[in-house]
Amino acid sequence: MRAMLYALWQYRHFVLSSIRNQLFSRFARSKLGGLWMLINPLAQVAIYALILSNVLGAKLPGVSSRYAYAIYLMAGLLAWNLLSEIISRCLTLFIEHGNLMQKMNFPRITLPAIVVGSSLLDNALLLLAMLGIFVLLGHPFNLALFWLLPLAVLVAAFAVGLGLTLGVMNVFLRDIGQVVPIVLQVWFWFTPIVYPSTIIPEPYRPWLGLNPAYPLVEAYHRVVVYGAAPELKGLLPIAALTVALLLTALFVFRRAAEEMVDVL
Amino acid sequence: MTVLRVQNLGKAFRTYRTEWHRFARWFGLPVKPAEETWVLRHVSFEVRAGEAIGIVGQNGAGKSTLLKIITGTFQPTEGQVQVNGRIAAILELGMGFNPELTGRQNVRHAAGLMGFSPEQIDDALPDIEAFAEIGHYFDEPVRTYSSGMQMRVAFAVATAWRPDILIVDEALSVGDAYFQHKSFGRIRQFREHGTTLLIVSHDRNAIQAICNRSILLDQGTVIKEGDPEEVFDFYNALIAEKQSSTIEVKRLANGKAQTISGTGEARVEEIALYNSKGEKAEYVGVGEPVELHVRVKVYRPIETLVLGYGIKDRLGQVMYGTNTWHTKQVIHKPQPDDEYLFIIAFPVNLGVGSYSVQTALVDRDTHLTANYEWRDMALIFNVINIDKANFVGCLWNEPRIDIERLTP
Repeated sequence: MRAMLYALWQYRHFVLSSIRNQLFSRFARSKLGGLWMLINPLAQVAIYALILSNVLGAKLPGVSSRYAYAIYLMAGLLAWNLLSEIISRCLTLFIEHGNLMQKMNFPRITLPAIVVGSSLLDNALLLLAMLGIFVLLGHPFNLALFWLLPLAVLVAAFAVGLGLTLGVMNVFLRDIGQVVPIVLQVWFWFTPIVYPSTIIPEPYRPWLGLNPAYPLVEAYHRVVVYGAAPELKGLLPIAALTVALLLTALFVFRRAAEEMVDVL
Repeated sequence: MTVLRVQNLGKAFRTYRTEWHRFARWFGLPVKPAEETWVLRHVSFEVRAGEAIGIVGQNGAGKSTLLKIITGTFQPTEGQVQVNGRIAAILELGMGFNPELTGRQNVRHAAGLMGFSPEQIDDALPDIEAFAEIGHYFDEPVRTYSSGMQMRVAFAVATAWRPDILIVDEALSVGDAYFQHKSFGRIRQFREHGTTLLIVSHDRNAIQAICNRSILLDQGTVIKEGDPEEVFDFYNALIAEKQSSTIEVKRLANGKAQTISGTGEARVEEIALYNSKGEKAEYVGVGEPVELHVRVKVYRPIETLVLGYGIKDRLGQVMYGTNTWHTKQVIHKPQPDDEYLFIIAFPVNLGVGSYSVQTALVDRDTHLTANYEWRDMALIFNVINIDKANFVGCLWNEPRIDIERLTP
């Protein structure tokens, strides 16, 4: 464990330059370059807002702004994008880098570190774009937004804990790579992102507590839409789960590192 | 000083009845693998600083696995590898290059992957750029490179820092002739400074030219280790020995090993060199017309019989070789107990030195489909300079030199 962290520290420049290169290569040979990675989620917001705002907009409790629904959507998608991007990139991480891992001896831990770093960077850029839109829509800011920093770290840690384990298993059992995107789709719709949790009928609502993404997305909603601090009580179990997932992931990663190269 | 010690190394690939068993094993459950395939077993050898070792073997013999364990990407299943110093590998050049980034950015990335700090990379960048010699392309995206240019950059960065052990896998023939010389030069220079080389190649000449020792791997074990020429002779015999026959190694008077192998349908009974006076000779003069007499006896009925021969210098490099397939003198349907005398007449257009003759009795142009007999060091003879002007080299290529005085 300590050796792993030390190796990561030794390779910190490599990790940073890889993150920079990934960002850079997105800009290469395309007119709008990196803007596409903002346009994609924002278009998603526009579509949902256009189609669903009449149906759902009225049901958003406690806000009266015309654009409340769009803001609600953006807050949820900001959290979800980070979560799903890290999970799906971790999922195929080792398969994509199989050849490199067979030929070069470098600390494997740098690979997920690069994914987390570059996903966080993308997410930060998306947040900036969204803040710009908030200004246009006349949505007020307050200091609660700074809660997004620890929240993003928590989401990333949760996602990498889950994604890394799945990514390692995917090397041996490729079905996982097919199943997970479907599960992510279902998960997305079972999480109150495009709809408020209040539209779920009362008797079913406690089931939401079983969805680990729910407290995370809710925290984003509270911070962005209502400008309030997140409920720490709701986040504690998810933080504990994250620690457990991370430890499992590191354990699996270390046990499997040897065999992984054999089957790649 | 020993830079590399490989002790009782073994590598097994495990398969499980289901992958869930594998996962369960990580968590400590006692699950037995359904099958273990050993691709390397009981491999031991030591390499001292400054040595150059050629690793030879057929496809699937375990060469790449061995190199990957030494490099550290594969973990051994049993045994251990001790490495004193830094290892660099020229395995697949240019792997991991991002086509959208420039050569310079890719060099930084690749060097970072090798574990160097930004300061070290900054120091080495001018050298890398100069060595690659691709001019302004160094700052263009790699996708605009030719494959040769990509090789140049990749080689330059892989060898920018002198390693203690350099692993070269089939990559010696990179790029154009000019760059090949340049990269060979750098490898040679590394060696002079004490770098140990581990080379995997099927190129006999390359290995014999560079290596002082060879290791022959077959089915995951070391079956021969020693002088590269001897190992290659044995290896060639091994390739031909896919069927069922023996390999016989005899020590000759000069300490060299004679390897005879084959299935035995036909054999060379006698081989001798006759000089211009028609006498059996061990010493012949430069440029002298000689005859090589090879008497062959057939033991079992075969479809076709081809005699091939080659003359090799003392380092084992073939000076000249051909066979009766190429000269369109194939013998069809020879019968048991038939004997043939092949009289091969040629002038000894060779430099001064000791030479050996190898013979092969086969069915067509290679010894891969049938190998009746393969005989290395079938005959040894010496070339001496009796009546020619003094010259150096391994070839007698009589010139006519005219000198014209240009100034009055």
